[in-house]
Amino acid sequence: MTETSMTNVPASGAGLGSGSSTQVAVTALTIDGPAGVVVAPFDFSIAPGETLALIGESGSGKTLSAKAIAGLLPAGFSARGTIALSSATIELPATDAVWRATRGRRISLLLQDPFTSLSPVHRCGTQIGMTIDAASATRLSREERTARITQSLAEVNLPADVARAYPHELSGGMRQRVAIAAALATDPELLIADEPTTALDASNQGEILDLLRGLQEKRGMAALLISHDLGMVRGRAEHVLVMRHGEIVERGVTSSVLNAPSHPYTRALIEADPSLTDRSAGIVRTASGAGVTAAAADADSAIGDLVTATDITKSFGDKTVLHGVSVTVGRGETVGIVGESGSGKTTIARCIAGLEHETSGVIEFDGFALPAGRASRTPKQMQIVFQDPYSSLNPMISVGRSLKLALRVAGRPASDLNGLLQLVELPTDFASKRPAELSGGQRQRVAIARALAVQPELLICDESVSALDVSVQKQILDLLAKLRVELGLSILFISHDLAVVRQLADRVYVLRHGEVVESGLCHDVLNAPTHPYTQALVAASIHEAPTH
Amino acid sequence: MTTTPIARASQARSLGRMLVVRVLGTIGILLVLSIIVFSMLHLAPGDIVKNLLGNRASSPEAIAAIRAQYNLDQPLYMQYLIWLGNTLTGDFGQSIRLQDSVSNVIGSRLGITAALSGLAFLLAVIVAVPLGVQSAVRSGSWIDRFATGFGIVGLSAPTFAVGLLLLYTFAFYLPIFPVYGSGDGGLDTLWHLVLPAITLALGLGAIILKLTRTAMLRELESDYVTFGRARGLPDRQVHLIALRNAAIPIVTGASLVLTFLVGGTVLAETTFALPGLGTLLQGSVLFKDIAVVQALTLLVAVTIAIIALLADLAYIFLDPRIRAKESAQ
Repeated sequence: MTETSMTNVPASGAGLGSGSSTQVAVTALTIDGPAGVVVAPFDFSIAPGETLALIGESGSGKTLSAKAIAGLLPAGFSARGTIALSSATIELPATDAVWRATRGRRISLLLQDPFTSLSPVHRCGTQIGMTIDAASATRLSREERTARITQSLAEVNLPADVARAYPHELSGGMRQRVAIAAALATDPELLIADEPTTALDASNQGEILDLLRGLQEKRGMAALLISHDLGMVRGRAEHVLVMRHGEIVERGVTSSVLNAPSHPYTRALIEADPSLTDRSAGIVRTASGAGVTAAAADADSAIGDLVTATDITKSFGDKTVLHGVSVTVGRGETVGIVGESGSGKTTIARCIAGLEHETSGVIEFDGFALPAGRASRTPKQMQIVFQDPYSSLNPMISVGRSLKLALRVAGRPASDLNGLLQLVELPTDFASKRPAELSGGQRQRVAIARALAVQPELLICDESVSALDVSVQKQILDLLAKLRVELGLSILFISHDLAVVRQLADRVYVLRHGEVVESGLCHDVLNAPTHPYTQALVAASIHEAPTH
Repeated sequence: MTTTPIARASQARSLGRMLVVRVLGTIGILLVLSIIVFSMLHLAPGDIVKNLLGNRASSPEAIAAIRAQYNLDQPLYMQYLIWLGNTLTGDFGQSIRLQDSVSNVIGSRLGITAALSGLAFLLAVIVAVPLGVQSAVRSGSWIDRFATGFGIVGLSAPTFAVGLLLLYTFAFYLPIFPVYGSGDGGLDTLWHLVLPAITLALGLGAIILKLTRTAMLRELESDYVTFGRARGLPDRQVHLIALRNAAIPIVTGASLVLTFLVGGTVLAETTFALPGLGTLLQGSVLFKDIAVVQALTLLVAVTIAIIALLADLAYIFLDPRIRAKESAQ
């Protein structure tokens, strides 16, 4: 709170009351939780057609702020303050009746995950139609509603027959478009978008944000964009607020905050950002990969291959998801597999790990062919670290017990536990904690420790950092880089995020629709991609917008 | 990515194929069951002929007649095939206790049990589902506490005790409902079935209530409910969306409960002296009336198999994701 007034504040509280009546102005928004104030009072205003970005890591209070403005705070939390819209002024806390008249019609909230924010058993058209019905005073005729749904879909560049589809029949990007159509069908004054692209692939993220931007300009709608990703905000928001521990630590015009951050926290966020901008990539590579790359490049040819998967095909029913994919991982080498969801990148990893049975093809480990399935693999050959550290650890038993179980599998004494915790840079007193007491990053460290307990030769990381905040992501990547040097691990790293793969991998395979479209040294592929798809991916993952 | 008419047609075709597979599977299970039911005759303690004769005098002629009627001179598999053939054509043999054909005996009592089960199930669903939804939506309120209390009582109170309590209260002290019997048909029979149906519905309803509440609580936590509220949908509609998503666990629960009901009618029928299949089964088991027991067991098995099949089909109807998965196989 103390630092809110320190920077050049162009559009906050100053113009309230006397300024343009069409802008959305929020004054003294405060959120109280069960244990006192969780978000300290702050003001902001957004002009029609403009975007304000609210940046912070998880736990900073940014999502609570979004929910407070939409009247959707979870039980135990309450908000104070004033929301001034052109059509109404809402004094918080407001009654249910006030929110009923506000939500959807004046303020709409778009959620992070398009895979869960649409009801899986209702057709997309029906879900858009519900919003339309909720906001219209009179009962619409069937034809009228269908026409409005088609029009809403057209606005988000989707064909009319999407109305008949169920969410599971659509890709993540298309689902988020449907969600946008549903959120905006009632023409709200303010759209709050809570991490609207975090769950999407790189090539979809830009498209969705640009679509939102276009709709906003067309309708003169104000938008509050919540994000943990500073790079994404570049060129897509006029102003930015940086929030930490429930307080605004920095605010201002986006470009000046990003280019000349005044608060150390903002600087740390910018440095941790893994966008493919030269500056941050440079920092990251010197921190994690320098010196290793050359050694590993030698290893690639000299010491030989640890895992060779040749011509792997995998079909589920009559749907073929892998068309003859070949992947090799050399000893001590880190290999990245990049692709969007549905590209088959997880399936090839699962085939190698024996969690899926390949339909045809040969997987060799250390020169010997491994038959499909888990039975033919030993724990010491390979271990896998999954994406979600929240569901991959047993919540009922302590970290120490989880790890001791893994040590026992490996035939190692339980006294190795402390060494194992130190290996992943966790304090030894963590052994007595349960997963619920740990943060996402700490849990992922435990998951890595568990995988390493059996001293495997190959570590498979399936989107292992995707669920983590940027700065935590970087710490885990640094840990993996350290481990591969210390333990001589081979790592197969699966990710949709080019920037993440770049920080760690020596070589990279780009997968699309179950085929390898490009492969080679990570540096070459990502700096000079030859396949148009890789070029598109690289372009999409550079958040730097052309206007800056 | 979206479905074209051609894709839809092929989806319909593969759904049809799936349906045929399910029905064939059910028939297979019933065939296996029929072998078990058939062997009841041979597994029952005592001499087969003596068992089949019951309390009739065992003259050499009677024994010969029984041996001929049950083809006991034939090899076992022939006996089974003949029995199966008869069963499939509706000939279940003779009841030794009631001196009538088994199909007549069952046919005359099927109606009352079907009406009782149907009424009890209907009552349970009509009360328990809305109550479960309300208690999830207003979790912690008086309605939730009432529902939870109701659930505990319903689950823990034994059927016969509830039946007796209802009889005392609503037939003896407050003579609103009749004490026993099945009435003279039509509305009178319905009137006679009210108390036994409530007795059965209490236990059923408690399970459905718990299932509905749990499923709804989970769905209400989900993102699409938040998103629905965020874009201004009325509460009622949001709850309907959640209920539609909660329908699968509720249908599973309801179908399981329904199969329990088939066996559970015995107690209610005994308490209220209703001449239904439950009392028939009880009497026949006590009397070693094997032909009737076989027929009833088979009937229960067929009913349960059909309910399970319907529940499977309901999933496909309720969840488009299961539909897609089924038609992909």
